Amino acid sequence: MRLLKTLLVIGVSVVAVVPAWADARSSAREQVEFGINVAQRGLWREAIYRWEKAVEIDPMYAAAYNDLGIGYEHEGQLDKARKAYEKALAIEPNNAQIRQNYDLFKEINDRSAQPKDKP
Amino acid sequence: MTVRPNPKTNHSRSLVLAACAAVLAAFTIACGAEMYEVPVETPIPAKLDVSAFQRVLVAGFVVGGTEDVDTNQETVRLLRSQLRNKSELRVIDADPMPLNEVAQEQNKAASVDTSAAGEGPSVRTTSAGEGNAATVLPQKIKDEKDLEPYDRLFANTAYWKRIGEEYQNPLIVTGSVLFVPRTSSGLVTREQEVYDGLGRRRVVPTRVYMERKGFMLRPKFIFIDGRTGATISSLSRREEALYNAQNETPALSTYFELMDRIVPDFLGTLSTQKIKGTRVLLK
Repeated sequence: MRLLKTLLVIGVSVVAVVPAWADARSSAREQVEFGINVAQRGLWREAIYRWEKAVEIDPMYAAAYNDLGIGYEHEGQLDKARKAYEKALAIEPNNAQIRQNYDLFKEINDRSAQPKDKP
Repeated sequence: MTVRPNPKTNHSRSLVLAACAAVLAAFTIACGAEMYEVPVETPIPAKLDVSAFQRVLVAGFVVGGTEDVDTNQETVRLLRSQLRNKSELRVIDADPMPLNEVAQEQNKAASVDTSAAGEGPSVRTTSAGEGNAATVLPQKIKDEKDLEPYDRLFANTAYWKRIGEEYQNPLIVTGSVLFVPRTSSGLVTREQEVYDGLGRRRVVPTRVYMERKGFMLRPKFIFIDGRTGATISSLSRREEALYNAQNETPALSTYFELMDRIVPDFLGTLSTQKIKGTRVLLK
């Protein structure tokens, strides 16, 4: 009986918290999906705008940060890309796909990290 | 005494399990990431700010090493064609400058000045006390040490300013290229096919002694401001290719193989390069 009560309390708490989280996630997910759709058609700026919105709505959405990293990378905004990838990895450190994207990005970023000379 | 299972407890346990399974399923669906591989082109900004120039003159190179390849001619031709295709700078067409000879002439002139004036500011000479004011500029360049004295040619701002004026103040690309034969012998790791008792093929790494020969390429690119004659920047690279001594690999093909590894760095110095790749978008 005590077990049942405990479970009931947990269940009520979950029911109270999950909808708010699910709402934010589903709204952010819509933005992410739209972003992917337009990125696949080469509209990277629009995609970045969508992914920025997604992380604003749900700041714990690792996939959105990953996509944002890719978008920034494609646009040559390498500092922003690094920050986005790192945020994605901070949220999901064991996500192999994010790790792979980040490693590929880092390889390129390291090459361009040397200082510029001006005449 | 037997213990009868309480139907109420069983029922609530089933309910709990079902609820847990449902939550887990919902969580799995929610977290089940969908992936989309997309091609990306990452623009890498040029290492050198060349916005002040519209045109580039690949002037020529001090060259040394093998005579099987006209290293000056080939380097000038290759860099010009790469710059034409992969940079926004307009490439000036002109005969490659024979910089080995130019350096020798400048050296001779400086030696004469030295003898006349008793001192020479632009050339290194042996001390007057040792007799003749002989300059240290080897006729035949065999290694990096031989190349060193030629560096003073690139520091001659008056000369490069004059070249700049002649071509209306472009960015000047010059430098030195050493392309020398190399031989090596020792143990190398090779992959060998092995078949087991069931006829299955396996590839295993084995260490074998091998005589190898090939070439070493060491270019040093110097970027000069044609308006002032001053050096803006330089880029040095060193690459080596060694083959089985039995294979007769032509020097020219090795030269291109090695330059292939170096050219991306050269281009990356002068113009924004796009690196193609793929990334995975996640939902």
